[in-house]
Amino acid sequence: MTRHRGRGIASVNYPIGMNLGGDPSQALVHSNPSGKFTVALSSIDLGQGMKSVTRQICAETLGVPVEDVYVDTADSDTGPHCMGSFASRGTHRVGNAVMAAAREARGVMMEAAAEELEVNAADLETDGRGNIHVKGAPHRSISTKDVAIAAQFKQGKTISGRGIFLVPLSDVDPETGEMSPATCYAHACLVAEVEVDDETGEVDMVRMDSAYELGRALNPRLVEQQLVGGAWMGVSHALYETPEPYYPEPVHGPRDFVEYLMPGPGDICPHDIAVLERPAPDGPFGAKGPGEMCANPVLPAVANAIFNAVGVRIDDLPITPEKVLRAIKAQGGARPQPRR
Amino acid sequence: MAKTALQFQHNGRDVAIFVDGGTNLLVALRELIGDMTPKFGCGQGGCGTCSVLIDGELHLSCLTLAETVAGRSVETLDGIKDGPNLHPLQRAFADNFAAQCGYCTPGMLMAAKALLDRNPQPSRAEVVEAISGNICRCTGYEPIINAVLAASSGGRARA
Repeated sequence: MTRHRGRGIASVNYPIGMNLGGDPSQALVHSNPSGKFTVALSSIDLGQGMKSVTRQICAETLGVPVEDVYVDTADSDTGPHCMGSFASRGTHRVGNAVMAAAREARGVMMEAAAEELEVNAADLETDGRGNIHVKGAPHRSISTKDVAIAAQFKQGKTISGRGIFLVPLSDVDPETGEMSPATCYAHACLVAEVEVDDETGEVDMVRMDSAYELGRALNPRLVEQQLVGGAWMGVSHALYETPEPYYPEPVHGPRDFVEYLMPGPGDICPHDIAVLERPAPDGPFGAKGPGEMCANPVLPAVANAIFNAVGVRIDDLPITPEKVLRAIKAQGGARPQPRR
Repeated sequence: MAKTALQFQHNGRDVAIFVDGGTNLLVALRELIGDMTPKFGCGQGGCGTCSVLIDGELHLSCLTLAETVAGRSVETLDGIKDGPNLHPLQRAFADNFAAQCGYCTPGMLMAAKALLDRNPQPSRAEVVEAISGNICRCTGYEPIINAVLAASSGGRARA
Protein backbone atom coordinates (compact mmCIF):
# COMPACT_ATOMS: atom_id res chain seq x y z
CA MET A 1 0.00 0.00 0.00
CA THR A 2 1.26 3.45 -0.88
CA ARG A 3 -0.13 6.87 -0.25
CA HIS A 4 0.54 9.15 -3.21
CA ARG A 5 0.65 12.93 -3.00
CA GLY A 6 -0.71 14.97 -5.89
CA ARG A 7 -1.37 18.58 -6.67
CA GLY A 8 -4.02 20.03 -8.98
CA ILE A 9 -4.99 23.48 -10.09
CA ALA A 10 -8.17 25.04 -11.46
CA SER A 11 -9.29 28.52 -12.42
CA VAL A 12 -12.80 29.81 -12.95
CA ASN A 13 -14.56 32.81 -14.46
CA TYR A 14 -17.78 33.15 -12.58
CA PRO A 15 -20.68 35.20 -14.00
CA ILE A 16 -22.52 37.09 -11.26
CA GLY A 17 -26.26 36.45 -11.35
CA MET A 18 -28.08 35.42 -14.49
CA ASN A 19 -29.53 37.19 -17.50
CA LEU A 20 -32.97 35.63 -17.77
CA GLY A 21 -35.58 38.39 -17.90
CA GLY A 22 -33.00 40.94 -16.79
CA ASP A 23 -32.57 39.28 -13.37
CA PRO A 24 -34.25 42.15 -11.48
CA SER A 25 -34.32 42.95 -7.79
CA GLN A 26 -36.08 45.85 -6.12
CA ALA A 27 -35.63 47.72 -2.86
CA LEU A 28 -37.60 50.36 -0.97
CA VAL A 29 -36.00 52.66 1.58
CA HIS A 30 -37.90 54.96 3.92
CA SER A 31 -37.19 56.97 7.02
CA ASN A 32 -39.09 56.42 10.24
CA PRO A 33 -40.18 59.41 12.36
CA SER A 34 -37.17 58.70 14.58
CA GLY A 35 -34.77 59.54 11.75
CA LYS A 36 -33.74 55.91 11.35
CA PHE A 37 -34.17 54.15 8.03
CA THR A 38 -35.82 50.89 6.99
CA VAL A 39 -34.88 48.95 3.88
CA ALA A 40 -37.70 46.72 2.67
CA LEU A 41 -36.62 43.69 0.64
CA SER A 42 -38.13 40.34 -0.13
CA SER A 43 -34.62 39.00 -0.71
CA ILE A 44 -33.55 36.29 1.70
CA ASP A 45 -30.39 36.17 3.80
CA LEU A 46 -29.64 32.49 4.41
CA GLY A 47 -26.70 33.38 6.61
CA GLN A 48 -24.28 34.61 3.95
CA GLY A 49 -24.63 38.18 5.19
CA MET A 50 -26.78 39.97 2.62
CA LYS A 51 -28.63 41.71 5.45
CA SER A 52 -25.36 43.15 6.77
CA VAL A 53 -24.06 44.12 3.35
CA THR A 54 -27.28 45.83 2.19
CA ARG A 55 -27.36 47.67 5.51
CA GLN A 56 -23.83 48.94 4.89
CA ILE A 57 -24.67 49.91 1.30
CA CYS A 58 -27.80 51.81 2.39
CA ALA A 59 -26.02 53.64 5.24
CA GLU A 60 -23.09 54.60 3.05
CA THR A 61 -25.34 55.91 0.26
CA LEU A 62 -27.60 57.86 2.62
CA GLY A 63 -24.61 59.18 4.56
CA VAL A 64 -25.94 58.00 7.93
CA PRO A 65 -24.46 55.68 10.59
CA VAL A 66 -24.89 51.97 9.88
CA GLU A 67 -26.67 51.64 13.26
CA ASP A 68 -29.44 53.88 11.91
CA VAL A 69 -30.45 51.43 9.18
CA TYR A 70 -32.71 48.45 9.68
CA VAL A 71 -33.09 45.86 6.93
CA ASP A 72 -36.40 44.03 6.74
CA THR A 73 -35.95 40.95 4.57
CA ALA A 74 -37.47 37.72 3.43
CA ASP A 75 -41.14 38.57 3.18
CA SER A 76 -42.60 38.64 -0.33
CA ASP A 77 -45.91 39.92 1.13
CA THR A 78 -44.34 43.14 2.40
CA GLY A 79 -41.14 43.53 0.39
CA PRO A 80 -40.75 44.51 -3.25
CA HIS A 81 -39.85 41.88 -5.82
CA CYS A 82 -36.60 39.92 -5.79
CA MET A 83 -35.57 36.99 -8.00
CA GLY A 84 -33.97 35.24 -5.03
CA SER A 85 -30.75 34.41 -3.24
CA PHE A 86 -28.75 32.29 -5.67
CA ALA A 87 -26.15 32.60 -8.46
CA SER A 88 -24.02 34.88 -6.25
CA ARG A 89 -26.44 37.67 -7.12
CA GLY A 90 -27.36 39.07 -3.70
CA THR A 91 -24.63 41.63 -3.11
CA HIS A 92 -24.54 42.75 -6.75
CA ARG A 93 -28.22 42.80 -7.76
CA VAL A 94 -29.90 43.57 -4.44
CA GLY A 95 -27.02 45.84 -3.43
CA ASN A 96 -27.48 47.89 -6.61
CA ALA A 97 -31.24 48.14 -6.00
CA VAL A 98 -30.68 49.27 -2.40
CA MET A 99 -28.13 51.81 -3.57
CA ALA A 100 -30.61 53.27 -6.10
CA ALA A 101 -33.38 53.42 -3.50
CA ALA A 102 -31.10 55.02 -0.91
CA ARG A 103 -29.92 57.58 -3.45
CA GLU A 104 -33.50 58.65 -4.14
CA ALA A 105 -34.30 58.77 -0.40
CA ARG A 106 -31.16 60.83 0.20
CA GLY A 107 -32.37 63.35 -2.40
CA VAL A 108 -35.65 63.84 -0.51
CA MET A 109 -33.82 64.00 2.83
CA MET A 110 -31.45 66.69 1.55
CA GLU A 111 -34.37 68.71 0.10
CA ALA A 112 -36.19 68.50 3.43
CA ALA A 113 -33.05 69.54 5.31
CA ALA A 114 -32.51 72.42 2.87
CA GLU A 115 -36.01 73.70 3.59
CA GLU A 116 -35.33 73.64 7.35
CA LEU A 117 -31.92 75.30 7.06
CA GLU A 118 -33.16 77.73 4.40
CA VAL A 119 -30.33 76.92 2.01
CA ASN A 120 -29.92 75.20 -1.37
CA ALA A 121 -29.86 71.39 -1.12
CA ALA A 122 -26.77 71.30 -3.34
CA ASP A 123 -24.85 73.14 -0.61
CA LEU A 124 -25.51 70.42 1.99
CA GLU A 125 -23.54 67.35 2.98
CA THR A 126 -23.93 64.52 5.47
CA ASP A 127 -21.34 63.85 8.16
CA GLY A 128 -22.00 60.11 8.40
CA ARG A 129 -22.86 60.51 12.08
CA GLY A 130 -26.51 61.42 11.68
CA ASN A 131 -26.20 65.13 10.83
CA ILE A 132 -26.60 67.23 7.71
CA HIS A 133 -24.75 70.53 7.50
CA VAL A 134 -23.86 73.32 5.09
CA LYS A 135 -20.60 72.57 3.27
CA GLY A 136 -17.80 74.49 4.95
CA ALA A 137 -20.10 75.60 7.79
CA PRO A 138 -20.56 72.61 10.13
CA HIS A 139 -22.37 74.75 12.73
CA ARG A 140 -25.29 75.23 10.32
CA SER A 141 -26.45 71.70 10.97
CA ILE A 142 -29.58 69.62 11.48
CA SER A 143 -29.87 66.02 12.63
CA THR A 144 -31.47 63.42 10.36
CA LYS A 145 -33.96 62.85 13.17
CA ASP A 146 -35.08 66.50 13.09
CA VAL A 147 -35.26 66.36 9.30
CA ALA A 148 -37.46 63.25 9.52
CA ILE A 149 -39.73 64.97 12.06
CA ALA A 150 -39.96 68.12 9.94
CA ALA A 151 -40.72 66.10 6.79
CA GLN A 152 -43.34 64.09 8.61
CA PHE A 153 -45.14 66.79 10.60
CA LYS A 154 -44.43 70.10 8.84
CA GLN A 155 -43.53 69.56 5.21
CA GLY A 156 -45.77 66.56 4.54
CA LYS A 157 -43.10 64.57 2.72
CA THR A 158 -42.04 60.96 2.90
CA ILE A 159 -38.29 60.56 2.98
CA SER A 160 -38.26 57.49 0.81
CA GLY A 161 -36.78 56.02 -2.30
CA ARG A 162 -37.37 53.23 -4.80
CA GLY A 163 -34.67 51.21 -6.46
CA ILE A 164 -34.48 48.50 -9.06
CA PHE A 165 -31.57 46.80 -10.71
CA LEU A 166 -32.25 45.28 -14.09
CA VAL A 167 -29.54 43.87 -16.30
CA PRO A 168 -29.70 45.42 -19.79
CA LEU A 169 -30.96 42.85 -22.28
CA SER A 170 -28.20 41.40 -24.39
CA ASP A 171 -29.03 41.20 -28.09
CA VAL A 172 -28.00 38.14 -30.03
CA ASP A 173 -25.54 38.84 -32.84
CA PRO A 174 -27.39 37.68 -36.00
CA GLU A 175 -24.14 36.57 -37.69
CA THR A 176 -22.52 34.59 -34.89
CA GLY A 177 -25.33 33.91 -32.43
CA GLU A 178 -23.06 35.41 -29.82
CA MET A 179 -24.44 37.23 -26.81
CA SER A 180 -23.18 38.39 -23.46
CA PRO A 181 -24.79 36.31 -20.74
CA ALA A 182 -23.47 38.41 -17.88
CA THR A 183 -22.20 41.91 -17.19
CA CYS A 184 -19.94 41.11 -14.29
CA TYR A 185 -17.48 38.28 -13.74
CA ALA A 186 -15.62 37.19 -10.62
CA HIS A 187 -12.55 34.99 -10.83
CA ALA A 188 -10.83 32.36 -8.75
CA CYS A 189 -7.84 30.07 -8.83
CA LEU A 190 -7.27 27.22 -6.44
CA VAL A 191 -4.47 24.71 -5.85
CA ALA A 192 -5.48 21.51 -4.08
CA GLU A 193 -3.08 19.02 -2.60
CA VAL A 194 -4.36 15.51 -1.89
CA GLU A 195 -3.11 12.16 -0.71
CA VAL A 196 -4.52 9.07 -2.45
CA ASP A 197 -4.31 5.60 -0.92
CA ASP A 198 -3.83 3.14 -3.81
CA GLU A 199 -5.07 0.20 -1.75
CA THR A 200 -8.35 1.71 -0.51
CA GLY A 201 -8.92 4.46 -3.08
CA GLU A 202 -9.43 6.97 -0.29
CA VAL A 203 -8.59 10.59 -0.96
CA ASP A 204 -7.50 12.89 1.88
CA MET A 205 -7.28 16.64 1.49
CA VAL A 206 -3.82 17.87 2.51
CA ARG A 207 -4.17 21.59 1.91
CA MET A 208 -5.66 24.23 -0.36
CA ASP A 209 -4.27 27.56 -1.52
CA SER A 210 -6.54 29.93 -3.33
CA ALA A 211 -6.96 33.41 -4.73
CA TYR A 212 -10.38 34.94 -5.26
CA GLU A 213 -11.05 38.12 -7.24
CA LEU A 214 -14.46 39.40 -6.27
CA GLY A 215 -14.60 43.12 -6.83
CA ARG A 216 -14.50 45.16 -3.66
CA ALA A 217 -14.98 43.15 -0.46
CA LEU A 218 -17.67 45.28 1.20
CA ASN A 219 -17.42 43.26 4.41
CA PRO A 220 -14.06 41.47 4.47
CA ARG A 221 -14.88 39.19 7.41
CA LEU A 222 -18.10 38.01 5.79
CA VAL A 223 -16.23 37.42 2.53
CA GLU A 224 -13.63 35.34 4.36
CA GLN A 225 -16.36 33.38 6.14
CA GLN A 226 -18.06 32.69 2.83
CA LEU A 227 -14.83 31.56 1.15
CA VAL A 228 -13.82 29.23 4.00
CA GLY A 229 -17.25 27.60 4.21
CA GLY A 230 -17.82 27.53 0.47
CA ALA A 231 -14.52 25.84 -0.30
CA TRP A 232 -15.40 23.18 2.23
CA MET A 233 -18.67 22.64 0.38
CA GLY A 234 -16.64 22.27 -2.81
CA VAL A 235 -14.56 19.53 -1.15
CA SER A 236 -17.77 17.91 -0.04
CA HIS A 237 -19.15 17.87 -3.59
CA ALA A 238 -15.84 16.68 -5.03
CA LEU A 239 -15.34 13.71 -2.72
CA TYR A 240 -18.42 12.88 -0.67
CA GLU A 241 -21.93 14.07 -1.43
CA THR A 242 -24.50 12.53 -3.72
CA PRO A 243 -28.13 11.47 -3.37
CA GLU A 244 -27.68 8.91 -6.19
CA PRO A 245 -24.28 7.20 -5.97
CA TYR A 246 -25.03 4.86 -8.91
CA TYR A 247 -26.92 7.34 -11.06
CA PRO A 248 -28.93 6.71 -13.27
CA GLU A 249 -29.69 3.64 -11.18
CA PRO A 250 -31.51 4.99 -8.09
CA VAL A 251 -30.01 2.37 -5.79
CA HIS A 252 -28.03 2.49 -2.56
CA GLY A 253 -28.89 6.16 -2.12
CA PRO A 254 -28.47 7.72 1.31
CA ARG A 255 -31.59 7.86 3.45
CA ASP A 256 -30.43 10.10 6.29
CA PHE A 257 -27.55 12.20 7.60
CA VAL A 258 -25.70 9.05 8.67
CA GLU A 259 -25.60 7.70 5.12
CA TYR A 260 -25.40 11.03 3.28
CA LEU A 261 -21.68 11.63 3.44
CA MET A 262 -20.22 15.01 4.19
CA PRO A 263 -16.76 15.75 5.52
CA GLY A 264 -16.79 16.36 9.24
CA PRO A 265 -14.58 18.65 11.33
CA GLY A 266 -11.85 15.98 11.26
CA ASP A 267 -11.69 15.93 7.45
CA ILE A 268 -10.98 19.61 6.80
CA CYS A 269 -7.55 20.81 5.73
CA PRO A 270 -5.60 24.07 6.02
CA HIS A 271 -6.78 26.58 3.43
CA ASP A 272 -4.80 29.72 2.67
CA ILE A 273 -6.91 32.37 0.94
CA ALA A 274 -5.88 35.53 -0.85
CA VAL A 275 -8.62 38.03 -1.70
CA LEU A 276 -7.93 40.28 -4.66
CA GLU A 277 -10.06 43.40 -4.91
CA ARG A 278 -10.71 44.86 -8.35
CA PRO A 279 -13.84 47.00 -8.11
CA ALA A 280 -16.52 46.13 -10.67
CA PRO A 281 -17.74 49.11 -12.70
CA ASP A 282 -21.41 48.10 -12.36
CA GLY A 283 -21.27 46.78 -8.79
CA PRO A 284 -22.47 48.60 -5.65
CA PHE A 285 -19.29 50.32 -4.43
CA GLY A 286 -17.46 47.98 -6.80
CA ALA A 287 -18.70 44.71 -5.28
CA LYS A 288 -19.28 41.52 -7.25
CA GLY A 289 -20.34 38.41 -5.30
CA PRO A 290 -18.33 35.76 -3.51
CA GLY A 291 -21.23 33.26 -3.28
CA GLU A 292 -21.17 30.10 -5.35
CA MET A 293 -17.78 30.78 -6.83
CA CYS A 294 -16.01 29.81 -3.62
CA ALA A 295 -17.05 26.18 -4.12
CA ASN A 296 -16.55 25.92 -7.88
CA PRO A 297 -12.75 25.74 -8.37
CA VAL A 298 -12.35 23.08 -5.68
CA LEU A 299 -13.98 20.31 -7.72
CA PRO A 300 -11.75 20.42 -10.83
CA ALA A 301 -8.67 21.16 -8.70
CA VAL A 302 -9.28 18.03 -6.61
CA ALA A 303 -9.92 15.91 -9.74
CA ASN A 304 -6.65 17.21 -11.23
CA ALA A 305 -4.79 16.52 -7.99
CA ILE A 306 -6.01 12.93 -7.98
CA PHE A 307 -4.79 12.53 -11.58
CA ASN A 308 -1.45 14.00 -10.55
CA ALA A 309 -1.22 11.58 -7.61
CA VAL A 310 -2.19 8.26 -9.19
CA GLY A 311 -2.73 8.92 -12.92
CA VAL A 312 -6.46 8.26 -13.03
CA ARG A 313 -8.85 10.73 -14.59
CA ILE A 314 -12.26 10.63 -12.87
CA ASP A 315 -14.88 12.84 -14.47
CA ASP A 316 -17.86 11.67 -12.47
CA LEU A 317 -18.65 13.27 -9.12
CA PRO A 318 -18.26 12.63 -6.27
CA ILE A 319 -14.86 10.95 -6.59
CA THR A 320 -15.51 8.10 -4.19
CA PRO A 321 -12.90 5.54 -3.05
CA GLU A 322 -14.73 2.95 -5.16
CA LYS A 323 -14.31 4.97 -8.38
CA VAL A 324 -10.65 5.70 -7.63
CA LEU A 325 -9.88 2.08 -6.86
CA ARG A 326 -11.67 0.74 -9.96
CA ALA A 327 -9.80 3.24 -12.16
CA ILE A 328 -6.43 2.35 -10.57
CA LYS A 329 -7.13 -1.37 -11.12
CA ALA A 330 -8.23 -0.76 -14.73
CA GLN A 331 -4.92 0.86 -15.58
CA GLY A 332 -2.92 -1.82 -13.76
CA GLY A 333 -1.80 0.19 -10.74
CA ALA A 334 -1.13 3.75 -9.64
CA ARG A 335 0.83 5.87 -12.08
CA PRO A 336 2.02 8.96 -10.26
CA GLN A 337 2.44 11.90 -12.62
CA PRO A 338 5.33 14.37 -12.48
CA ARG A 339 5.02 16.52 -9.37
CA ARG A 340 3.58 19.92 -10.26
CA MET B 1 -52.73 7.03 26.70
CA ALA B 2 -52.29 8.20 30.25
CA LYS B 3 -50.07 11.15 30.82
CA THR B 4 -47.24 11.00 33.30
CA ALA B 5 -46.30 13.84 35.64
CA LEU B 6 -42.67 14.75 35.16
CA GLN B 7 -40.52 17.05 37.27
CA PHE B 8 -36.98 18.11 36.49
CA GLN B 9 -34.71 21.13 36.52
CA HIS B 10 -34.69 23.17 33.33
CA ASN B 11 -31.78 25.62 33.28
CA GLY B 12 -31.74 25.73 37.07
CA ARG B 13 -35.50 26.18 37.43
CA ASP B 14 -37.87 23.47 38.67
CA VAL B 15 -40.47 22.57 36.06
CA ALA B 16 -43.40 20.17 36.13
CA ILE B 17 -45.15 18.95 32.99
CA PHE B 18 -47.43 16.13 31.92
CA VAL B 19 -46.07 13.98 29.11
CA ASP B 20 -47.47 11.16 27.01
CA GLY B 21 -45.56 7.91 27.25
CA GLY B 22 -42.84 7.86 24.60
CA THR B 23 -42.52 11.64 24.31
CA ASN B 24 -38.94 12.57 23.63
CA LEU B 25 -37.10 15.27 25.52
CA LEU B 26 -36.79 17.53 22.45
CA VAL B 27 -40.57 17.65 22.00
CA ALA B 28 -41.07 18.16 25.74
CA LEU B 29 -38.64 21.08 25.80
CA ARG B 30 -39.95 22.78 22.68
CA GLU B 31 -43.68 22.13 22.85
CA LEU B 32 -44.42 21.78 26.55
CA ILE B 33 -41.84 24.10 28.10
CA GLY B 34 -41.49 26.49 25.16
CA ASP B 35 -37.70 26.43 25.04
CA MET B 36 -37.04 26.64 21.31
CA THR B 37 -33.24 26.67 21.53
CA PRO B 38 -32.75 22.92 20.96
CA LYS B 39 -33.53 22.43 17.27
CA PHE B 40 -35.12 19.52 15.43
CA GLY B 41 -32.75 18.43 12.67
CA CYS B 42 -33.07 14.76 11.79
CA GLY B 43 -34.88 13.21 14.76
CA GLN B 44 -32.56 10.21 14.78
CA GLY B 45 -29.33 11.36 16.38
CA GLY B 46 -27.48 12.07 13.16
CA CYS B 47 -27.03 15.84 13.20
CA GLY B 48 -26.53 17.02 16.79
CA THR B 49 -28.54 20.24 16.67
CA CYS B 50 -30.87 19.04 19.46
CA SER B 51 -27.95 18.55 21.90
CA VAL B 52 -28.55 19.40 25.57
CA LEU B 53 -26.70 18.69 28.80
CA ILE B 54 -28.30 16.28 31.27
CA ASP B 55 -26.57 16.44 34.65
CA GLY B 56 -23.68 18.07 32.80
CA GLU B 57 -23.34 15.35 30.16
CA LEU B 58 -23.99 15.89 26.47
CA HIS B 59 -27.10 14.12 25.19
CA LEU B 60 -29.20 14.14 22.01
CA SER B 61 -32.60 15.28 23.23
CA CYS B 62 -34.37 13.75 20.19
CA LEU B 63 -33.23 10.28 21.29
CA THR B 64 -33.89 10.79 25.01
CA LEU B 65 -37.23 9.76 26.50
CA ALA B 66 -38.57 12.71 28.48
CA GLU B 67 -39.44 10.50 31.44
CA THR B 68 -35.78 9.55 31.91
CA VAL B 69 -34.88 13.08 33.04
CA ALA B 70 -37.18 12.96 36.09
CA GLY B 71 -35.41 14.63 39.01
CA ARG B 72 -32.37 15.49 36.86
CA SER B 73 -30.94 18.75 35.63
CA VAL B 74 -31.37 19.66 31.94
CA GLU B 75 -29.37 22.55 30.50
CA THR B 76 -30.08 24.04 27.08
CA LEU B 77 -28.62 26.91 25.11
CA ASP B 78 -31.32 29.14 26.60
CA GLY B 79 -29.65 28.78 30.00
CA ILE B 80 -26.00 29.38 29.25
CA LYS B 81 -25.95 33.17 29.10
CA ASP B 82 -25.71 35.19 32.27
CA GLY B 83 -28.63 37.61 32.14
CA PRO B 84 -27.97 39.99 29.26
CA ASN B 85 -24.33 38.89 29.05
CA LEU B 86 -23.40 36.29 26.47
CA HIS B 87 -21.56 33.16 27.58
CA PRO B 88 -17.86 33.34 26.57
CA LEU B 89 -18.55 30.63 23.99
CA GLN B 90 -21.38 32.65 22.43
CA ARG B 91 -19.15 35.72 22.33
CA ALA B 92 -16.34 33.69 20.72
CA PHE B 93 -18.76 32.26 18.13
CA ALA B 94 -19.77 35.81 17.16
CA ASP B 95 -16.19 37.12 17.11
CA ASN B 96 -15.00 34.20 14.97
CA PHE B 97 -17.94 34.25 12.53
CA ALA B 98 -18.73 30.68 13.56
CA ALA B 99 -22.36 30.82 12.42
CA GLN B 100 -23.99 31.47 9.08
CA CYS B 101 -27.53 30.09 8.86
CA GLY B 102 -27.31 29.28 12.57
CA TYR B 103 -29.27 26.05 12.60
CA CYS B 104 -26.41 23.93 13.96
CA THR B 105 -25.28 26.62 16.41
CA PRO B 106 -27.31 25.57 19.49
CA GLY B 107 -25.95 22.03 19.27
CA MET B 108 -22.42 23.21 18.53
CA LEU B 109 -22.49 25.50 21.56
CA MET B 110 -23.78 22.77 23.88
CA ALA B 111 -21.19 20.26 22.59
CA ALA B 112 -18.49 22.89 23.09
CA LYS B 113 -19.75 23.75 26.57
CA ALA B 114 -19.74 20.08 27.57
CA LEU B 115 -16.11 19.92 26.45
CA LEU B 116 -14.94 23.10 28.17
CA ASP B 117 -16.78 22.21 31.41
CA ARG B 118 -14.73 19.04 31.75
CA ASN B 119 -11.59 20.23 29.96
CA PRO B 120 -11.06 24.02 30.07
CA GLN B 121 -7.91 23.85 27.95
CA PRO B 122 -8.56 21.39 25.13
CA SER B 123 -6.24 20.73 22.20
CA ARG B 124 -7.44 21.33 18.65
CA ALA B 125 -7.88 17.57 18.18
CA GLU B 126 -10.03 17.42 21.30
CA VAL B 127 -12.24 20.23 19.99
CA VAL B 128 -12.60 18.43 16.65
CA GLU B 129 -13.62 15.25 18.45
CA ALA B 130 -16.06 17.08 20.71
CA ILE B 131 -18.02 18.58 17.78
CA SER B 132 -17.70 15.59 15.46
CA GLY B 133 -21.29 14.51 16.20
CA ASN B 134 -22.62 17.84 14.99
CA ILE B 135 -23.19 18.62 11.32
CA CYS B 136 -22.66 22.13 9.92
CA ARG B 137 -23.54 22.92 6.30
CA CYS B 138 -22.21 26.48 6.03
CA THR B 139 -19.01 27.23 7.88
CA GLY B 140 -16.60 24.44 6.95
CA TYR B 141 -16.07 23.89 10.72
CA GLU B 142 -12.83 25.87 10.81
CA PRO B 143 -14.40 29.03 12.35
CA ILE B 144 -16.26 26.88 14.92
CA ILE B 145 -13.05 25.09 15.98
CA ASN B 146 -11.31 28.46 16.24
CA ALA B 147 -14.15 29.88 18.33
CA VAL B 148 -14.08 27.02 20.82
CA LEU B 149 -10.30 27.32 21.16
CA ALA B 150 -10.66 31.10 21.66
CA ALA B 151 -13.22 30.54 24.43
CA SER B 152 -11.04 27.96 26.21
CA SER B 153 -8.96 29.19 29.12
CA GLY B 154 -5.85 28.94 26.91
CA GLY B 155 -7.49 31.08 24.21
CA ARG B 156 -8.68 33.69 26.70
CA ALA B 157 -5.19 33.89 28.23
CA ARG B 158 -3.76 34.61 24.75
CA ALA B 159 -6.42 37.21 23.88
